[in-house]
Amino acid sequence: MTQSFKDKLVIAFLAVLGAAFVITFIAIEEQTEIFALLVLAAVLVVVSAKLGMTKTISECLSRNERLMNIAVIAATIVVAFWFHEDHFPLLMIATVLLYTITCCGLNMQFGYTGVVNFAGAAFFGVGCYTAAVMGGTSVPMILVIILGGIIAAFVGSILIIPVLRTRGHYAAVVTIAFGLLFRTFLEVNDTLGGPQGLGVSGMNLFGWDFNNGIELTENIEISFYMNYVILALVMVMLTFVLMRRIERSWIGLNFDAVRLDETAAACFGINIKRWKILSFTVGNFLAGTAGALYAMMLGFIAPSNFAFSDSLILVSIVLLGGMGSLWGTILAAGLVVLLPEKLQVIQEYRFLIYAAVMILILLFRPQGILPRGLRAYIPGWRG
Amino acid sequence: MDVGLLGQFVVNGMMLGMMYALVAVGFTLFFGVLDVIKFSHGDVLMVGTFAGFSTYLGMTAIGIDNAFLQLVGVLVIAIGSMAILGALIARYLVLPLKSAPPLNTLLVTLMLGTVLREAIRLFYPDGSNPKHFPALLPNDSWSIGSFTLRIDSAILLIGGLLVIIAVNVLINRTRLGLAIRAVAQDEETAKCMGINFKMIVLLTFALGSGVAAFAGVMNGLYYNEINFGMGLLLGVIGFSAAIVGGLGNIYGAILGGFLFAGLQTLGAVALPFASAYKDVFAFAVVIAIIAWRPTGLIAEKTSERV
Repeated sequence: MTQSFKDKLVIAFLAVLGAAFVITFIAIEEQTEIFALLVLAAVLVVVSAKLGMTKTISECLSRNERLMNIAVIAATIVVAFWFHEDHFPLLMIATVLLYTITCCGLNMQFGYTGVVNFAGAAFFGVGCYTAAVMGGTSVPMILVIILGGIIAAFVGSILIIPVLRTRGHYAAVVTIAFGLLFRTFLEVNDTLGGPQGLGVSGMNLFGWDFNNGIELTENIEISFYMNYVILALVMVMLTFVLMRRIERSWIGLNFDAVRLDETAAACFGINIKRWKILSFTVGNFLAGTAGALYAMMLGFIAPSNFAFSDSLILVSIVLLGGMGSLWGTILAAGLVVLLPEKLQVIQEYRFLIYAAVMILILLFRPQGILPRGLRAYIPGWRG
Repeated sequence: MDVGLLGQFVVNGMMLGMMYALVAVGFTLFFGVLDVIKFSHGDVLMVGTFAGFSTYLGMTAIGIDNAFLQLVGVLVIAIGSMAILGALIARYLVLPLKSAPPLNTLLVTLMLGTVLREAIRLFYPDGSNPKHFPALLPNDSWSIGSFTLRIDSAILLIGGLLVIIAVNVLINRTRLGLAIRAVAQDEETAKCMGINFKMIVLLTFALGSGVAAFAGVMNGLYYNEINFGMGLLLGVIGFSAAIVGGLGNIYGAILGGFLFAGLQTLGAVALPFASAYKDVFAFAVVIAIIAWRPTGLIAEKTSERV
């Protein structure tokens, strides 16, 4: 059996295993069973790490990146179609996908250039409100999503001067203050619905109304959330390509240089301001686009969705996955969104548990669950 | 404008300023000794207020009705327990991350703040609803023309002022303060001079957290209402105030605290059509000030941190 064939088998096996796991996880309702499944997954991960399998697997994956991407997409589609009739699982899957986009945006800021942004939920919210306001007009909805991103980036540009001039704690307070300002502003502003929020009209793509279910035949009826899952998946794919392309280009190299040592980077003639502005703007753009689609999907938004604690959850996802690690972000987004929905016991305690888990992660595994590796200039190269 | 109303705004602004300054002093102290931001500060304040409130309930339950005794008990328990909590946080969360990137310390304390907030909301009896904080101070008032000054406000203002002066004297006039300043200036040299670094850090965190607990009780006595979320906003405002004034500088913290309160009051007075926007206005000005003077109004002596 050749190496490449073995790799393909491993990837196919992992994709099937992953899809089966997610489907079971979403499908079962009994709390003890969910716990058992989680424990099983944890044991599997630990055992495979002890046997040195994780290293083999990650090498195999890095050799076959294209195949891995296709496998993950296929697995996601399989999971989504498994639940084609059920609203709630599809809503959860779409939420995970949209959170992934937002956190990819934050990742570009935190993980690539090291620009802190504790107002992620605010930029997400700008996208949501853009969708709410523009939804009633004749602007095509697909443009509204892009517009949500542009307006989020534009609002973010107000913060560019203070963010550029400050570093570390000082930059943190700028974004925290902005996050609080944004929510207070929405709550007292009557034209944007005040504390009651606004209704949002659904997505409509060239006459394809997303809020209607799809009826294939008499027996097969697909929940209207499937439309959103598909669109969100496409957006995640685009985001992913964008992030990967940036990371692997000279732009990504510049980003890393800025994050690791500003002084040294400046000495080598790297324009720190330019790269910080770029990553901050692109990150906010991504958060805004995700927000716009999220608002259309939910059909209703209120300022309480964009509180400081929501920004903290977004930062937790980035941190949990590992700064700058895209696959880690997806995994962490899945964990953070799905776990409290499935484990009803912890629903009430979810903020407490997130925060406690974050503290443990920061103390004992600050690099996150899937740390971003060193740059691999040649795929599969073992240095 | 009516003099009485103006006076009311001034007293209210001073009270807010005093509270913000007390919180900001804590941020500045922590940043001074360890160059870290302890973001759970506001929530420590809130827990302190709840500890004081529980003390009051306990004292009432065992039959101590004297308001003065109750006040002393509330203050002693709130300040004492928060001083211990502050030292514990420093020992188990902040010091272990000393060599990690500063962002990690910021995050770990942010998360701790969430833990404290959620713990009070979930585990304190009926913790998700606001509580009525008792008025333990005499509630007479003096009237000068149309302006009425409540005695409890005056006592609170004087008490706050005394605490700020006491902290200032402690930092600038005592041996402990000398040690704190030495650690703040240069940790290595301070260690060489025989200063117990860890002890000083723990004491500083205890001091800052105790001051925050005082500010929390002050807040409770003034507004007669406490809730689990009160710490977040106070913490962010205190943090902003410390930064606007210039981190690592006590006078900067006091200046920043009063400046923020002044902005809020000004926002309420000058924007009568939109007094709801006073926080928006105050935060916007803070962002503008940080953009204008990134090191704060009273700049740090070294500029490497910014």
